Amino acid sequence: MSSLEVSLPAAAGQRAQLRPRQPLSLFAIGSLSLAGLLTLWWAVTTTGLIEPLFLPSPQAVLQRAWRLLGEGYMGASLWQHLAASLGRIGVALLFAVATAVPLGIAIGRNRVVRGLFDPLIEFYRPIPPLAYLPLIVIWCGIGELSKVLLIYLAIFAPIVIATATGVRTVDPARLRAAQSLGASQAQLIRHVILPSALPDILTGIRIGLGVGWSTLVAAELIAATHGLGFMVQSAAQFLVTDVVIVGILVIALIAFALELGLRALQRKLVPWHGRGH
Amino acid sequence: MALLQLERISAQYPGASQPVLTDISLSLGPDQLLVALGPSGSGKTSLLNLIAGFVAPSGGRLTLDGRAIAGPSAERGVVFQDDALLPWQNVLDNVAFGLRLAGTPRSQREARARELLALVDLAGFEQRRIWELSGGQKQRVGLARALAADPRVLLMDEPFGALDAFTREQMQELLLQVWRRTAKPVFLITHDIEEAVFLASDLLLLEPDPGRIGERLQLDFGRRYAAGESARAIKSDPRFIETREHVLARVFAQRQRKPA
Repeated sequence: MSSLEVSLPAAAGQRAQLRPRQPLSLFAIGSLSLAGLLTLWWAVTTTGLIEPLFLPSPQAVLQRAWRLLGEGYMGASLWQHLAASLGRIGVALLFAVATAVPLGIAIGRNRVVRGLFDPLIEFYRPIPPLAYLPLIVIWCGIGELSKVLLIYLAIFAPIVIATATGVRTVDPARLRAAQSLGASQAQLIRHVILPSALPDILTGIRIGLGVGWSTLVAAELIAATHGLGFMVQSAAQFLVTDVVIVGILVIALIAFALELGLRALQRKLVPWHGRGH
Repeated sequence: MALLQLERISAQYPGASQPVLTDISLSLGPDQLLVALGPSGSGKTSLLNLIAGFVAPSGGRLTLDGRAIAGPSAERGVVFQDDALLPWQNVLDNVAFGLRLAGTPRSQREARARELLALVDLAGFEQRRIWELSGGQKQRVGLARALAADPRVLLMDEPFGALDAFTREQMQELLLQVWRRTAKPVFLITHDIEEAVFLASDLLLLEPDPGRIGERLQLDFGRRYAAGESARAIKSDPRFIETREHVLARVFAQRQRKPA
């Protein structure tokens, strides 16, 4: 047994020395992967392996991005295209949250409402939004309404479904506790059901925003004079490849930022989530 | 003061062939601490749910001060086995929740919540988050929350069942002190024999299949503790041991009869 006692402090010392050699973090591996891709891109373009028409060099894309910020493309700066896209998804998200959360609560609480709306939502949800875009264009024209409506429909279903699930899985003991403290139906919803379902609602919004963003860009490919999707589409028609690449990168960055922002919001709004409650 | 009465109550779940409770009559008045003790399947929780108004009886009359009980209400406060606190509120807001629902102004309800936190020995915990509390502390917040709404009777559903033995004894003593100071009628269910004998002023032994009252005992150990005698002295009193053994024998006799 004495050997064990002796080896313990020695092992602790070794561990301290070994610390720098811990396995690479996921973040480090991810950065390596991105850096590798960039290097490969730079290599194949600088050596002239691929023509700039098909793939401009990273430097050229960066320069183009700088010019897009100032002089813009097709009569609008990159900021204006970005603002048009973000405005559309913002309006659609606002309306979707304002309507989907109440409907989700009603579906989760009431059998009749659930029976009425469940089949409708389950019917239209799996249809790719671009499949019914032509119908929306026929009905509502090619103006802003069509685009916002398309994104709204894409965001709406995930939020309704997530909210209804959250409402149905509220801890019954909490409901009873509030009832035995004298809570009315409205107070139950405001003080117990809504906060209980909040983690699910936020997850629904995250999923909805992901779907909505990809739908938005696709919608702008078809009928628009502003917007990131329009910029990419129009640049492609004139073979301005560097603008196409800038547009794609901005679209990806926005999607990434939205996802990170919502995750941070989730941590801030529902700090009790995953704490054994 | 409040008087809760059950007259020939029975209860049956929809679709079940046998009732969960048959022919339950009892009354609970001021200064009483009524404990229902029984094995699982004896309908303890169903009985509490009936009184709380969470479920309706299939027969009989349930009244509080002569008025029939229909649904849950703030006049019957409930303490749950798994605290059922709201994690998006801090300790103070949880305790003040009932008063907030009743529309009491903030300053007034927070002052009342502070008083009750002091009553359950949790002064200084006002701003804590629920997940930062231990099991015993959560149950104290649950007790303070139920009392803050100033109910006419207090219902407790195996409130100390999930606590460790040491904390459980502390909570039993705390409950007796609170009971003496607030003088509220308490209805408590448990499957812990020593807890039942120690706390009860009136003890109901429930028997299963279908749930019914097997025996009623009037005890004074809880009152003696509330009057200042030490818990250890009471629990080593030969009369306490004798009563505990009697109850134990009843429960075992019941269990042996069951397979036959």
